[in-house]
Amino acid sequence: MESFMNNQKIKPNSVPVSAFKQALPIILGYLPVGFAYGVLARKSGLSIDNTVIMSLIVFAGSAQFIAVGLIASGASALSVIITTFIVNLRHMLMSAALSPYLKKWSKLEIAGFTFQLTDESFAVHSTRFADGDTHKGETFLINSIAQLAWVGGTVLGIFSSTLISDVKPMGLDYALPAMFIALLIFQIKDKSHIIVGLITGLLSTALALGGAGQWNIIIATLIGATLGAAVKWGNK
Amino acid sequence: MDQQTILLTLFGMMAVTHIPRVIPALALSSRDLPPVMVKWLSYVPTAVLSALLMPSLLAPKGAIDLTFNNLYFWVAVPTFAVAMYTRNFFGTVAVGMGLVAAARYFL
Repeated sequence: MESFMNNQKIKPNSVPVSAFKQALPIILGYLPVGFAYGVLARKSGLSIDNTVIMSLIVFAGSAQFIAVGLIASGASALSVIITTFIVNLRHMLMSAALSPYLKKWSKLEIAGFTFQLTDESFAVHSTRFADGDTHKGETFLINSIAQLAWVGGTVLGIFSSTLISDVKPMGLDYALPAMFIALLIFQIKDKSHIIVGLITGLLSTALALGGAGQWNIIIATLIGATLGAAVKWGNK
Repeated sequence: MDQQTILLTLFGMMAVTHIPRVIPALALSSRDLPPVMVKWLSYVPTAVLSALLMPSLLAPKGAIDLTFNNLYFWVAVPTFAVAMYTRNFFGTVAVGMGLVAAARYFL
């Protein structure tokens, strides 16, 4: 996997470059999605301040869209908060999965790191960490660049919310799916990963279409990871 | 909701988003986990990435669609191939986005 940014031996002055390279697909994905969120939030009646504050302190793509929709439909504060909790509960699994790599980090560093843990940053870090690339400065820089892109996209969306803009002709809406495809392929170490990936993905789709609401990702992941561990453990 | 209530709601959202993000890493990083747990966690990235990705490829509009109308699915086929054979991150993302843009332009 050295083509994944050649980051095994980092010279100090190349850290920003390396971090930027790894964050680039996230930037390409976050700018248009953050933009769309900014437009939607303004059209749903959130103030400019609140629209930006949500991207700064919540920093959770899908949950922000859902929250804006709920607020626009007159939902109560409590139901917005509970829905956000359910939608973001999947990050527990990501946080747990990265924990073995954070043994030498201080509590404060871990808290800072997980504050910016999103699906996309998890995807990047789980690949980096597994390759032995746990450089702290670079890790924080990737997360901060990603969040800057998210907030930047939000601000652009706010200022363009009176215009109609379409990001689709550039294929930008495919940045995140394409990134997930690449990172998923990099996770495949043997046949058991292919089985886990296929079954979990199909299960997640079936659950989503079958009305599992926001639970499909958590349920499918729990079952898929258990299956993988069971298969691997049984074959030893 | 008025803007003041929305602001308070945002702080609530922040709490319920970040507590699940921080607790497992804080609680688990300081101890040695049993091997079966480590094995289980090693499958989480594959599982969660696929769980996030597949519904958007197979059913981007909320119903299974494998016709050529579903650009997300059909572009994923060569995108997967590029990822597998080149192991190149940017190449994969660029091919995926480029094909979606090209298909929308020419088809």
